[in-house]
Amino acid sequence: MGFISDKEITEEDVKHIANLAKIDLDEVEIKKFKKQFNDILDYFNKIDEAETEGVEPTYHGLNLKNVTREDEVKDELSQKEALENANESEDGFFKSPRVKE
Amino acid sequence: MDIVIGLEVHIQLQTNTKLFCGCSTNYRDSKPNKHTCPICLGLPGSLPKLNQKALEYGIKAGLALDCNIADSMQFHRKNYFYPDLPKGFQISQYDSPLATEGTVELSNGKKIEIRRIHLEEDPGRLEHPAGKKQSYVDYNRSGVPLLEIVTEPDMSSPQEARDFLRKIREIMEYLKIFDGGLEGSLRCDANISIEGGGRAEVKNISSYKGAEKALNYEITRQKNLMRRGKEVKRETRHFNEEQGITKPSREKEEEHDYRYFPEPDLPRVTISKEKIKEIEESLPELPDEKRDRFQKEYGLSQDQAESLTTSLFLADFYEEIACQIDPELTATWVADTLKGELSYRGINLKESNIEKEDLLFILRYLKEDEITEKGAIKVMRSTLDENKKPEKIIEEENLRSISLDEISEIAKRVIKENPEAIEDYRQGKEKAVNYLVGQVMKETNGRADPGETNKLIQKQLEEID
Amino acid sequence: MNAKEIVNEIKRGEKTAAGFLFECKNKIEKKEEEINAFISLDLERSIEKAKEIDKKIKEGKDVGKLAGLPIAVKDSITTSNFKTTCGSKMLEGYHPPYDSTVVSKIKEEDGIVIGKANCDEFCMGSSTETSYFGSTRNPVDEERVPGGSSGGSAASVKYGANPLALGSDTGGSVRCPASFCGVYGLKPTYGQVSRYGLIAYASSLDQIGPIANSIEGISLLFNVISGSNDMDSTKVEEERGGSQIELSLNDLNIGIPKEFYGEGVDEEVEEKVKENLDQLRDKGAKLKEISIPSMEYALSAYYIVAMSEASSNLARFDGIRYGFKQKMNDNWEKVFSQVRKTGFGEEVRRRIMLGTYALSTGYYEKYYEKALKVRTLLKRDFEKAFKEVDFIITPTMPFRAFEIDEKIEDPLSLYMADILTVPVNMAGLPSLSVPCETNGLPIGLQIIGDSFEEDRIIELARKIKEE
Repeated sequence: MGFISDKEITEEDVKHIANLAKIDLDEVEIKKFKKQFNDILDYFNKIDEAETEGVEPTYHGLNLKNVTREDEVKDELSQKEALENANESEDGFFKSPRVKE
Repeated sequence: MDIVIGLEVHIQLQTNTKLFCGCSTNYRDSKPNKHTCPICLGLPGSLPKLNQKALEYGIKAGLALDCNIADSMQFHRKNYFYPDLPKGFQISQYDSPLATEGTVELSNGKKIEIRRIHLEEDPGRLEHPAGKKQSYVDYNRSGVPLLEIVTEPDMSSPQEARDFLRKIREIMEYLKIFDGGLEGSLRCDANISIEGGGRAEVKNISSYKGAEKALNYEITRQKNLMRRGKEVKRETRHFNEEQGITKPSREKEEEHDYRYFPEPDLPRVTISKEKIKEIEESLPELPDEKRDRFQKEYGLSQDQAESLTTSLFLADFYEEIACQIDPELTATWVADTLKGELSYRGINLKESNIEKEDLLFILRYLKEDEITEKGAIKVMRSTLDENKKPEKIIEEENLRSISLDEISEIAKRVIKENPEAIEDYRQGKEKAVNYLVGQVMKETNGRADPGETNKLIQKQLEEID
Repeated sequence: MNAKEIVNEIKRGEKTAAGFLFECKNKIEKKEEEINAFISLDLERSIEKAKEIDKKIKEGKDVGKLAGLPIAVKDSITTSNFKTTCGSKMLEGYHPPYDSTVVSKIKEEDGIVIGKANCDEFCMGSSTETSYFGSTRNPVDEERVPGGSSGGSAASVKYGANPLALGSDTGGSVRCPASFCGVYGLKPTYGQVSRYGLIAYASSLDQIGPIANSIEGISLLFNVISGSNDMDSTKVEEERGGSQIELSLNDLNIGIPKEFYGEGVDEEVEEKVKENLDQLRDKGAKLKEISIPSMEYALSAYYIVAMSEASSNLARFDGIRYGFKQKMNDNWEKVFSQVRKTGFGEEVRRRIMLGTYALSTGYYEKYYEKALKVRTLLKRDFEKAFKEVDFIITPTMPFRAFEIDEKIEDPLSLYMADILTVPVNMAGLPSLSVPCETNGLPIGLQIIGDSFEEDRIIELARKIKEE
């Protein structure tokens, strides 16, 4: 799929992004973000001009390799510590909003 | 109509600790949220660190399934929200997996291609107690290492899918990296389509029996739709094991956009040729190899060899006894008698009370005619049910075979005590012999060999003439 | 007096740790209400701790390298003794059950964490105005911002609450406030300091760094926090030498990248930096004009990478395990969306959504991957430059501290403020902001060195400051 660099972000796009990011938006915010996103992305699109043919992306801050640890149990929290900051807890469980099966 | 099935199998690796932190993976026997830490709870600021053992286990599995092991691999973040996912993303692998292009041979000889194998972390566990407004989350499982095995859509029946899963379980257990006996240790998603219809992705299958059931249900459902001229939609469905049915999943597929990107907190992992060679050389004998060897080395039939290699525990159990006593006799007693008794009790060998020494003892007694076959079965049953040592059972229940002389003595006495039977015999009633044999068996508590006793009594009756 | 001299006096018994803490307490009581540098403070416990250290010294016991020094820690860094909010309502009242590696190291060396410094919400800002707990004011001019996002850390050092502070730097967040407040701020090489316990903004760019009122202070705190750790998979294992570096200006080539000067840079700022460069030349260093050609794409690429990673890093805030509490009566998707709407401030939501977009199907290659290719180009530019020169010197910020509320309404103009600091993070390099204006509003110059050359950078800063 090709991308269209001049494509404007629509209100629908903003809603879709907000849904992916799980951030509730009201109508006013949708309009405001739409405008800002277009302004900002317009500026960001400058990188389109960079000549990156055959250039590998740098994913990591540092080129390290093979950092692993031994398979030894350590540093567990107690149940009390784990639950200390919970919104709500009961019987050792965190409570979460209802998930239907 | 051609049926096309592909599987994505998740198996939990039997490491001591989780994939990216030092918490114990032993969540089944534990209270909720007892094995967590900042990393697997996704506390702000925590960072993952790869468990060396999990990587090694992954390489083992890849090699056992004839895969190419990547010389370099990367973890990716799979971004989605769910209450059981503490970081809002799962650390998984995407375009740079651990292993690719393997094969598994089914019992019917068909080869199933493995597309890829990768490592990823298990989410936490959700419960939905009835009558409660909220769901409950236990993060003990969060971060347990999973190996995902993805096949090509090479299977063409639910039976093949089930057989594939059984094979995977056997192989992984032989590698000692997996315990299929633990609840939820193997889960899978199945893609299934019938020629001309859309593909259904069935999620939430948690056993190989479940896989067969779910796929059979899907075939019926999809065929019914086609018969009625309706379109089989491409969709994600959820398997309900209890009801044995699949239901459309409420999540819409187009809403998923996992936004995979390389995990910046985990550097690339390179796997050297030497490391691969080292692990390859340490691989144990795999089920197929063992089956062939059992046939050759111990003269077993294919069925017996197959039956004795379904689990490493069973195969080792068999072989250790077979080395010390008649292998063919052992095969019959393990593959037929013992497995039958176990299946009658609904348990497996590991869970049962019987030890190798117990069966060896029984077979030795049997071989030396110290007990009868019937007696041997009796001892086996008591060992299984009462957790007593065979020696004690034989003693207590007086099961030791008795000598011909003793039988002869008892027979004489029995004949003497039953003059009417002698009369009947004289009048040609063969039944009288059976009656007398029965009396001897009763007197000896079943320890007398019925055939020998029969011969003895006939002989003694003749002698009375 | 610099941090090293204070520690030495405390160790020699010429000064007590408690006595020094009282001095700091006086300044805090006088200034803090105006400046708002701290989100949390615990002076009572700190004084107790100081007394313990004094006792140890009296008894002739060994004490650590930071014995008795009061230190402010940015609230993006996890502490078990203080709630850790990262400047967000989302984490109001969050008490972490663990210490970050850097804080453990400070404690091991008997440093005293007196409080948690204010910062832009989730470190997203250059002015400390996005903090849920109110803006921090610049101690030099209270109408102005202290810079950000580690504004509280720099302001606390400036007004004398503590001689040392920790900040974190993703695109300039240590150097910007150091520059605006007139103190020193070091952003170490990526991988030099453990990030374990640093609330992630952009994982491949974040780095914790010291802020101090002296070069000695920077060196002291940097040596403590850069030790080994086994929790961060992206940290180098090699122990640093820590030995004194000999640096002769006569042998040095200093690079002046033309893209970091001129258009967009305030004239007075440029003049001041050039004044310092002239002095270096007078002392024997060779100045050389160089070029970082990919500079023109750096800011865009930086923001795309940072926002993308942030969108994923901040996905964990769902209100179940910690942080902002919301009634959980609706279905989970609605509750999550409400929690994240209410718990995050506007700038944070903006960056999460833009990052989400940049990673989404169809845009990943155009934005995220492309930005990472630009990062490769930037790295190459710097690699090439460091073949020709030993250090690169630029202004830290294109202008001096601006007024509170001046830029906050226009996100893009605020992003532009980071133009001179972000290339360093993209290339993973170390850099130090050195105050170079002693009258009026501070100006900072930025010394950029090659990877893992912090000690040499610090030594060069000493030379610059030598009369």
